Amino acid sequence: MSSQVRFTDFKSDKQPTWCPGCGDFGTMNGMMKALAETGNDPDNTFVVAGIGCSGKIGTYMHSYAIHGVHGRALPVGAGVKMANPDLEVMVAGGDGDGYSIGAGHFVHAVRRNVDMSYVVMDNRIYGLTKGQASPTSREDFETSTTPEGPQQPPVNPLALALASGATFIAQSFSSDALRHQEIVQKAIEHDGFGFVNVFSPCVTFNDVDTYDYFRDSLVDLAETDYDPTDREAAKEKVLDADKEYMGVLYQDEDSVPYEETHGLDSNMSEIDHDGAPEGAMDLVREFY
Amino acid sequence: MPADFNWAIGGEAGDGIDSTGKIFAQALSRAGRHVFTSKDFASRIRGGYTAYKVRTSTEKVRSVVDRLDVLVALTPRTIEENMDELHEGSVIIYDGDRTTMSDVEIPDGMVDLDVPLKALAEDAGGAIMRNVVALGAACEATSFDIEHLDSSLKKRFGDKGQAIVENNKQAARLGQEYVQENYPDADLDYDLDTTDNDYVLLNGDEAIGMGAIAAGCKFYAGYPITPATDVMTYLKGRIEHFGGHVVQAEDELAAINLALGGARAGARSMTATSGPGIDLMTETFGLVATSETPLVIVDVMRSGPSTGMPTKQEQGDLNMMLYGGHGEIPRFVLAPTTVEECFWKTVEAFNLAEKYQTPVYLAADLAMAVTEQTFEPEAFDMDAVEIDRGKVVDEDTIEDHQTESGGFKPHEITEDGISPRAFPGTAGGAHMSTGLEHDEQGRRTEDTEMRVKQVDKRNRKVETAKEREDFSPREFGDADADNLIVTWGSNEGTLVEALEYLDDDDVDVRILSCPYIFPRADLTEEFEAADQVVVVECNATGQFADVVEHDTLQRVKRINKYDGVQFKADELAAEIKETLAADGQEVEA
Ligand SMILES: Cc1ncc(C[n+]2csc(CCOP(=O)(O)OP(=O)(O)O)c2C)c(N)n1
Ligand code: SF4
Repeated sequence: MSSQVRFTDFKSDKQPTWCPGCGDFGTMNGMMKALAETGNDPDNTFVVAGIGCSGKIGTYMHSYAIHGVHGRALPVGAGVKMANPDLEVMVAGGDGDGYSIGAGHFVHAVRRNVDMSYVVMDNRIYGLTKGQASPTSREDFETSTTPEGPQQPPVNPLALALASGATFIAQSFSSDALRHQEIVQKAIEHDGFGFVNVFSPCVTFNDVDTYDYFRDSLVDLAETDYDPTDREAAKEKVLDADKEYMGVLYQDEDSVPYEETHGLDSNMSEIDHDGAPEGAMDLVREFY
Repeated sequence: MPADFNWAIGGEAGDGIDSTGKIFAQALSRAGRHVFTSKDFASRIRGGYTAYKVRTSTEKVRSVVDRLDVLVALTPRTIEENMDELHEGSVIIYDGDRTTMSDVEIPDGMVDLDVPLKALAEDAGGAIMRNVVALGAACEATSFDIEHLDSSLKKRFGDKGQAIVENNKQAARLGQEYVQENYPDADLDYDLDTTDNDYVLLNGDEAIGMGAIAAGCKFYAGYPITPATDVMTYLKGRIEHFGGHVVQAEDELAAINLALGGARAGARSMTATSGPGIDLMTETFGLVATSETPLVIVDVMRSGPSTGMPTKQEQGDLNMMLYGGHGEIPRFVLAPTTVEECFWKTVEAFNLAEKYQTPVYLAADLAMAVTEQTFEPEAFDMDAVEIDRGKVVDEDTIEDHQTESGGFKPHEITEDGISPRAFPGTAGGAHMSTGLEHDEQGRRTEDTEMRVKQVDKRNRKVETAKEREDFSPREFGDADADNLIVTWGSNEGTLVEALEYLDDDDVDVRILSCPYIFPRADLTEEFEAADQVVVVECNATGQFADVVEHDTLQRVKRINKYDGVQFKADELAAEIKETLAADGQEVEA
């Protein structure tokens, strides 16, 4: 919309209550900058937040927004976008919210391919409920509810997305501000469901998946000659057990979003009749 | 009693029972006769007994009865299952050539019409048309002009091409002629008079879907479940012509959340399900209410708990719709009482949802949802539909609802409890909605004062609605009678028919049928004026009876049916008589 929009216009006047140093600060800043940079403003933007520390993001941002129930943010976002395709819809939540209670919706949101972006703040722990294992926690990661570790392999969200027919899969890191913003921007610009798994460290409960760990281990695909449109290459990357990647892992450039396949182009909030719509009596005649 | 006629076709699921029954019902309706259909179906697709019953009269018919005049039996079980309803002179049409039917015995006194359905169908072009041959035979047995059947065959098979329609017409003729030639002396004195009236024939699910479109619903998300699926089937393929969309969600949790999204975007949105789906939706229901989102949720009730009896009638979810969800949630619960009311209550549900910014439950039930009934088309007069979107603000009016710093107040504390609403895209309206307790701007708060203010504000909407809306029950029977019968949902039609039986026995009753479960009319005066009050409902514990006892502080008597079958008029009349006569109360008989 207007070119004067600054990313701070997306900031609410609520001070975040996240722990000092929490990865979610950087994740949110990048999201706001990406929204402003892609030409959006708070009045045409709809943010759907999940439940968790990560889900608080809706409160700290300024836009039309809803803070959903645990795990169900994706269908809400899809409903908003279908009912008014003019809106820029962004869904955000945590790894517990998205891959545990909401895992079913994740698979279906991916295959539905509604034109919206989904940012998951992956800290590999449950933050808000004070440090239990999450679906992305390591097999031997000790927590209050799993003293010997979950003893089951973590969910691989990137592979799950690819297997479900994702048209855009990316991974980013909240403390690499520029790359993070750039990656979220690409997800927004993608014609379809733009999925970004963001490593967003929890400094209070996770002493394994730390800033240092990600800084040292992440391989930035931008620094390689990786081609994100190559699905075979993407398969290899998302299943790579030895390395973790930052950047766009897969993008289908021919992606046709749900709204287009289903002919949705009107703002359904508008009802231009005070009574039944024109032609409604035909509905009755059909029953002769 | 109007001279009504009862017909059924029964066989195994997969035999095409439903579509055949519907063709006949439509033919009757087109011939200007009233029709009331009912289904006996089991929860399986192939195999398992199933029947489609048609009751028809030149006068209005409102319920099922225990009588069958003509039965098309595709299996021996069809005869066994309906033995109680058959009587002397009942006609049984069957195909004695079919192995399973070769040695059935038609009871004495009944008219035995053994028609080679399959062979005749093959003559007309294919065995698949054997049910249509039976329809032709049924026309002959009832002196019903076969041309009415032609028009409904055309409606049913028109899409498949003229040749298919002609073959079917031919199949019907062969059935008709076979009976003429082979049973010239059969005593078939069922004359189905026709009239010039034009009726439409539809069921409750269809009426709900039609009501939704009439009300400007644009967005529907659902997950298939018996007996609510027909709402989705109806909307799909129709709502698109009106700029709307249907999405089949991955489950009911997604369905209600999709619908919530649609509603937050400003679209009139709806979801429909049955009891198990309502269970899954309950958590989000609380969010819908707290975020003050207008949403229509249809529960087409079936026998519970758990998977219960998925294809059988019950009104067991009332407590859940009234009280379901943690915390305290203001809501509306409307219960349509007839197929026609399914339409009007759906329209009203959308208006109430938007005027009061609350979720609205539409408590329908299986007996009404799958039952087709005839109506004059004017019953669904589209010109009478009104749309009220409530307190929607736009760019120009939004300033009146902003804080000094320009923040919009979607939960403004108002006298009537209703706050302004801004659709996304409205400049200056950006705000957060949340299930967390919040201040006027929608921002989380645990401030004790604000908490109380917001709870009171939301609850105040109910008081406002009571002042502004009419929640009166529908009345039938004798307004001065000492005995009061109270009911809700689809029992209304049966009760209205039961009046005639009660009248025959000189039992006068006044009937109040309550389409508003919450908020509802106060019945204290009516209860005090009555000698006896009886609440009739299809559940075991008397959920509505509990509610009215609580309201009026007066004990009521209860008639409950929970065997999975809806009430029948004569049976209900007898039970009412007995209930009124209990405790030594005198009932003149
Ligand atoms: C139905 C339901 N179950 C449980 C909870 C409690 N709960 C709140 S947040 C949360 C987990 C959040 O973890 P994650 O999504 O990883 O977010 P984080 O707090 O780590 O950002 C849980 C279990 C809830 N709010 N609702
Ligand atoms: S608990 Fe962890 S995730 Fe939650 S705010 Fe603190 S650092 Fe962030």
